[in-house]
Amino acid sequence: MAKVTLSFTPAPVHVRTARLVGVAVARRAGVAEELLDEVRLAVGEACARAVALHRQYGLADLVRVEMSDGPAYTVRVIDRAPAEAGPDLTGLPPDKLANEALTDEAVTVGVGLTLLAGVVDDLQVRPVDEGGGTEVRMAWPVKRWPV
Amino acid sequence: MELSLTTRSIGAHTVLEVGGEVDVYTATRLRERLVELIDGGARRLVVDLGRVDFLDSTGLGVLIGALKRLRTVNGTLALVCDKESLLKIFRITALDQVFPIHPTIDAATAADSSGSGA
Repeated sequence: MAKVTLSFTPAPVHVRTARLVGVAVARRAGVAEELLDEVRLAVGEACARAVALHRQYGLADLVRVEMSDGPAYTVRVIDRAPAEAGPDLTGLPPDKLANEALTDEAVTVGVGLTLLAGVVDDLQVRPVDEGGGTEVRMAWPVKRWPV
Repeated sequence: MELSLTTRSIGAHTVLEVGGEVDVYTATRLRERLVELIDGGARRLVVDLGRVDFLDSTGLGVLIGALKRLRTVNGTLALVCDKESLLKIFRITALDQVFPIHPTIDAATAADSSGSGA
């Protein structure tokens, strides 16, 4: 099993780098070409969420992205923000999303989670065992290289 | 690819052509341009996403913000997009029910002129 780990300062400008690395490693791991757009979107959403949480709580800690291949291509995005952070707006109906009462940021959080759940079949969001924070774990099937 | 923003007028419509990647880093620039256009009097806005390579939730949030802003001044916002990878994002989030999405600028301006805009 091969691993690539990336840590970055919680700034929006680095999310693109994380997306590029996430897709490059996915391609190398043997994820089907037609799934790479989903990998790009999901890694970006998970990293953008982590960056937003770190900024919301004033945390300078690095956001960590761990990519590994094996029976599946797995990406873990780990933040250090309090685990209860963020309203659960998953699946909010569209008329509510365009509701005046919600801020752009709240809409983005809701849309981001909906997108993550929509493009990743194998998705887990769970508290980190040590040190606090949340881990977003995503996995995609890989085609085995011909032997 | 960096974000590119180009504005032009077609009849009563203001068309904003967006290119490149709209994400958590670049969405601020898109938000600023949309606010600038609306504050400057644009009321029939068409956002052309034809040259957008990547769009994330931040970009969607900015488009929703512009739609809400336009609604308060009786304005309309239509999107132009025929790229399946982007259309899928609108379907997943059910935002295809919030925005009128057209395959071409001509279709967007024609539909809006006939009064079926947002």
